[in-house]
Amino acid sequence: MSQFLQLLFSGLTVGATYALSALGFSMIYNASGVINFAQGEFIMLGGMVAAVLTASGLPLPLAVLAAIVVVALVGLIVEKLAIEPARDADITSIIIITIGVSMIVRGVVEVTMGKGSRALPHFSGETPIALGGATLLPQSLWVMAVTAVVVAGLAVFFGRTRLGKGILATAHNRLAAQLVGVDVKKVLLTSFGLAAALGAVGGVLIAPIATTSYDAGLMLGLKGFVAATFGGLGSGVGAIAGGVLLGLIETMTAGYVSSSYKDAVPFVLVLVILVVRPRGLFGLGPSERV
Amino acid sequence: MQKVVKTALAALSFAAVTASPSLAADPIKIGSVLSATGPAAFLGEPEAKTLQLYVEKVNAAGGLLGRKLELVTYDDGSDAAKANGFAKRLIEDDKVDVILGGTTTGATMGMVPLVEKGEIPFISLAGAVVIVEPTKKWVFKTPHTDRMAAEKIFADMKKRGLTKLALVSETSGFGQSGRKETIASAAKAGIEIVADETYGPKDTDVTAQLTKIKGLAGTQAILVFGLGQGPAIVTKNIAQLGITLPHYESHGVASEEYIKLSGAAAEGVRLPAAALIVADALPASDPQKPVVTGYAKAYADAFKSEVSTFGGHAYDALMIYADAVKRAGTTDKAKVRDAIEATKGFVGTGGVVNMKADDHMGLDLSAFRMLEIKGGKWTLVD
Repeated sequence: MSQFLQLLFSGLTVGATYALSALGFSMIYNASGVINFAQGEFIMLGGMVAAVLTASGLPLPLAVLAAIVVVALVGLIVEKLAIEPARDADITSIIIITIGVSMIVRGVVEVTMGKGSRALPHFSGETPIALGGATLLPQSLWVMAVTAVVVAGLAVFFGRTRLGKGILATAHNRLAAQLVGVDVKKVLLTSFGLAAALGAVGGVLIAPIATTSYDAGLMLGLKGFVAATFGGLGSGVGAIAGGVLLGLIETMTAGYVSSSYKDAVPFVLVLVILVVRPRGLFGLGPSERV
Repeated sequence: MQKVVKTALAALSFAAVTASPSLAADPIKIGSVLSATGPAAFLGEPEAKTLQLYVEKVNAAGGLLGRKLELVTYDDGSDAAKANGFAKRLIEDDKVDVILGGTTTGATMGMVPLVEKGEIPFISLAGAVVIVEPTKKWVFKTPHTDRMAAEKIFADMKKRGLTKLALVSETSGFGQSGRKETIASAAKAGIEIVADETYGPKDTDVTAQLTKIKGLAGTQAILVFGLGQGPAIVTKNIAQLGITLPHYESHGVASEEYIKLSGAAAEGVRLPAAALIVADALPASDPQKPVVTGYAKAYADAFKSEVSTFGGHAYDALMIYADAVKRAGTTDKAKVRDAIEATKGFVGTGGVVNMKADDHMGLDLSAFRMLEIKGGKWTLVD
């Protein structure tokens, strides 16, 4: 029983990190129909900037805030310099641009912040919390709690605010949205800034547990993308469900079957889901999205 | 990617030539293919810096046989497939006298057929046993092998009366080669492998695998075989789960970064490593003391960063070649090869090297020191 509980805790922690990454994918997909492969780099950048700042003596809360602001700015710059000039290109081209952006970000970080791994101090200590024979790091609670808050915040943003509704409208039909007065340019800019900030939040939350390095974004991005597809692209609930399920399946496989199959099982499962239900667990068809 | 670093700067060599006409002879060309960028950069970068630094030092001291050294370096970007092409270029276009490198085992094995065919001395900086077993005529290597690491750990376990080992290995090339060698040599050492778990090099959590090990009755020690940040996460997870079994790591984590990333969780961890890591803690009577303190200081002065054992492998390779050239009195490739094979009592950062016709690495278990992390510092166990 305590083994199951431990695996459950591990799965939830890993799953929450995947979910945070998946949310960023969904966000930009909602605004533009683009899959932003630079999302993983936003996560990495958040963790790296915060780690570098704390290492240089800045207090942790300040470093975390600064990292989120810096990464949000990077998101805006990326949109202005790379995405906006190509906004008339088709979706595939923009997706390829995001892959290019991810390489540039990774390269710049490699050169400026070094190739080594960095760790961030845990937010509230490293003493594990014992629960029913299993242990949980306080940082894991941070990850889960912040993920929940972010999801709630996004639900309010998309459902209740003018800008949020504008983003959804633009995603559905850009021309129509423009005709009813939505500033389409601003929508895309906002969504990139938000997604980048979201990535940074994930990055600083994960960095104490997982450590971070210039190439950490690749794996986090990939797992986030899989989680988002699994849960249904564009759906907030789907991103969370996809991430948590992916994390749980991975740890349960490692715990009860074999760690050698840990990475294979979720990918196979995703393939099955996509065949049976192509839009993912919670994804809605294009006509239902708005 | 195709950056060619010509260390013998034109201006420098011009000044040298005008100063002493005897140095006007053609330079000795040292070729190298290293993973200075990409995932293996933490290995390749210190190697590249070390070669650059010591080629300059050798030249400043008058060169080799009165000739300057010229370094030609290619970066394979940690892509083993590219190493082969660069080796070809070094042999056919640059016409180098020796090739040092192959940061990774993959890159090294990609170059082996070319250097064997091109009949050129080749000293690899990669770890796996396959490089020198079976022995290949032109291929040598400087780093310790993973088999030696496993044997050293088994010897230490025996001393502490431990026989049941849980193995956690990384799915990277290094981890899997280590896993293979550990399992292969366990029976002979009287060690029983009771668990065989793996994790991915970029995994963020390994508690699932460790929970399984924790639930196993009779486990007496844990060995983690991996490189870089993975083992640090495993170490933190072990502390999180409250597992107090003796914990061994491989030589793959013998750098300050591991202690920094793992923090307090690394207390009491033991691992086999080269003397370089504990340069200051070595007794003055140790034959390696002057070499490792000298190299550590030179590296730290030049690059303002901590030395790692990996850069030491490059130092050893360059110095073994220089030593062989001096003994051979020529750069003739066949004669230098024979001289490298006849290396005896060469003291490097990795240990005392005694090559034989059937041993192209020349290190024994004494080259490894068993270290324990105490108070965030490396200490010698024996």
